[in-house]
Amino acid sequence: MKRFINILLIGLAIQLMPHNRALAGTTEDKGLAIAMEANKRDTGFKDYISEMCMILRNKHGKESIRNIRIKVLEVENDGDKSLTIFDNPRDVKGTAFLNYTHKVGDDDQWLYMPALKRVKRISSRNKSGSFVGSEFSYEDISSQEVEKYTYKWIRDETYQGSPCFVVDFYPVDKKNSGYTRQLNWIDKKEYRVLKTEFYDKKQSHLKTLTFSGYNIYLDKYWRADKLHMINHQNGKSTGLEFENYKFLTGLKITDFNKNSLKRIR
Amino acid sequence: MQGLNNTNTAVTKLKILLFVIIVNTVLVLLFTSNLPAFELTGYVKVEGKTFFNKALFTRQQRSSMSIAAQPELYHEWGNGNSLIATPFARIDSVDAERSHLDIRELIYQRAYDTWDLRLGIGKVFWGVTEFLHLVDIINQTDLVEHIDGEEKLGQPMAHLSLAREWGVVDMFVLPFFRERTFPGRRGRLRSGIVVDTDHARYESSAERYNVDLALRYSNTLGDWDFGIYHFAGTGREPTFSLKINSEGRLRLIPYYEQINQTGLDVQSVYGNWLYKLEALHRSGQGESFFACVGGFEYTFVNISSSRIDLGVISEWAYDDREDKCTTGFDNDLMMGARIAFNDAASSEVLMGLIQDINSAGTIFTLEASTRITDHWSISLNAFFMLDSSSRDISYDLRNDDYLQFELFYYF
Repeated sequence: MKRFINILLIGLAIQLMPHNRALAGTTEDKGLAIAMEANKRDTGFKDYISEMCMILRNKHGKESIRNIRIKVLEVENDGDKSLTIFDNPRDVKGTAFLNYTHKVGDDDQWLYMPALKRVKRISSRNKSGSFVGSEFSYEDISSQEVEKYTYKWIRDETYQGSPCFVVDFYPVDKKNSGYTRQLNWIDKKEYRVLKTEFYDKKQSHLKTLTFSGYNIYLDKYWRADKLHMINHQNGKSTGLEFENYKFLTGLKITDFNKNSLKRIR
Repeated sequence: MQGLNNTNTAVTKLKILLFVIIVNTVLVLLFTSNLPAFELTGYVKVEGKTFFNKALFTRQQRSSMSIAAQPELYHEWGNGNSLIATPFARIDSVDAERSHLDIRELIYQRAYDTWDLRLGIGKVFWGVTEFLHLVDIINQTDLVEHIDGEEKLGQPMAHLSLAREWGVVDMFVLPFFRERTFPGRRGRLRSGIVVDTDHARYESSAERYNVDLALRYSNTLGDWDFGIYHFAGTGREPTFSLKINSEGRLRLIPYYEQINQTGLDVQSVYGNWLYKLEALHRSGQGESFFACVGGFEYTFVNISSSRIDLGVISEWAYDDREDKCTTGFDNDLMMGARIAFNDAASSEVLMGLIQDINSAGTIFTLEASTRITDHWSISLNAFFMLDSSSRDISYDLRNDDYLQFELFYYF
């Protein structure tokens, strides 16, 4: 009888194996596990603000600069809410972009135009559209939620001295994303993205984003000071330089409603 | 400047005095201040406008030059208290009515978590459509600025806004009325008979001191944004009567009725589509009537990986006053294209075609703008009346096709 139970249990275990692939470790499950761990490590920051200098460079090296402030609120069980406020160039000063990221489905986005005092709902399907003329598209600047991609671990590789997982991210919204895949180098120690390669709809290498100057905040949350995006197809690049990161500033959900756009400075 | 009555002279003097006070405050703060969160921004612009055809009416000019400035002073104390002062001034080479001063904003704001209080002269926009801003009513149109009616005069107000989970309630008390501006005798883009803005008449015995009230509820539910309001007070859109003035000239005298207006604006986003609707019901201005404007906007993003976004807009406007319609949009179809180049200079072109369905009447408009440096930008505006009918109120504009060039300096 005991032996029979053992056989039964073994049989059950064999049956369960296909559902238990994370332990067995298919490349998809390993990829997902890495993304979930990275997400877990960045959960609980509540809110932060930061200042960003965006430097657009054309292929001749001519620069133009935008100064932008960012406010982010973490939302439990959904994507982050963020507010992007333009200080420079002067003609767009006071323009603000409000984004409610959703784990599933389209984001909600509004634009505030200060000259008309008008809050305009905009379509969030413009994922592949350029964000204010930069090499970053709307999907690049939107908050990265685990649910927005499927994953595949490709290989392990040392990148700039850090042992990394190399993981492919495939957008769930294939129709509206500008990419077929994003190849990410994620360091094994802290689960930070160090480099991303973007592949367009024709599977050709479109852009490369590199992250540098990582600092840790609240002993837990890593943020890069510098992001550099190169577009290999048009020769343009965009640098993002962040400063004055402040966490736990006490931002509330009411700081991210449509009314709040009108009192933004 | 003949024919100004005492009230108007007093108001003009008051305006100039206020303007001087604001400018002085700005200058004093600029040179003495170490105040935190103090900020001066704004623009100065030069504008040249040329008309393709000979003017229809005597004294109108073929071209004009003008200069305008709009500095904005902002000061913030702790605890969500702030003050904004935004004077505006224009000097026009041709039209004395277009040379004008206004206080776009002079408003104290107190922001709390769930409510905002604003006291002073301010600006509020309601609406969703692109070609016609039908339900927007708080601020009077500064028509001498631009024929599209998007420029507004500052409105004295007490505004309380409550933002709750169930939506936003805005309450307005508007203690002083602003008259619409109209081009003067020498100005183009006007009715054949000049509007006499110095002798406006009112239904209310309190005239421009009638206290107007407005209440609005708005909310966002998923993909839907909507607002509904009621306004009771002096109508922003005048009707006209004919009068011969002291110099023996025929003039249009604006008459401002007491109206009750209920308005609705709805916008829904569905993928790349935006659906929009504005509707209103107004009583107190002749027979009560209904008007609406609605349509869609669809955006083609990053066309052929060129970074260029193309937005296609189509709207239809209806007003059941038909021929008595005061906006000119009695039964009109509008089509537009918005091209955003997504370049470093934020170059943009907006083209529009307005077709009157009831009578011959076709207008083409173009707005293009680009940035030269961080502080300088240029824009080009064009207006062409391709077809017109004597039945339409736009008939008097049939010779007023123009090209306008603007150079902005932002600081």
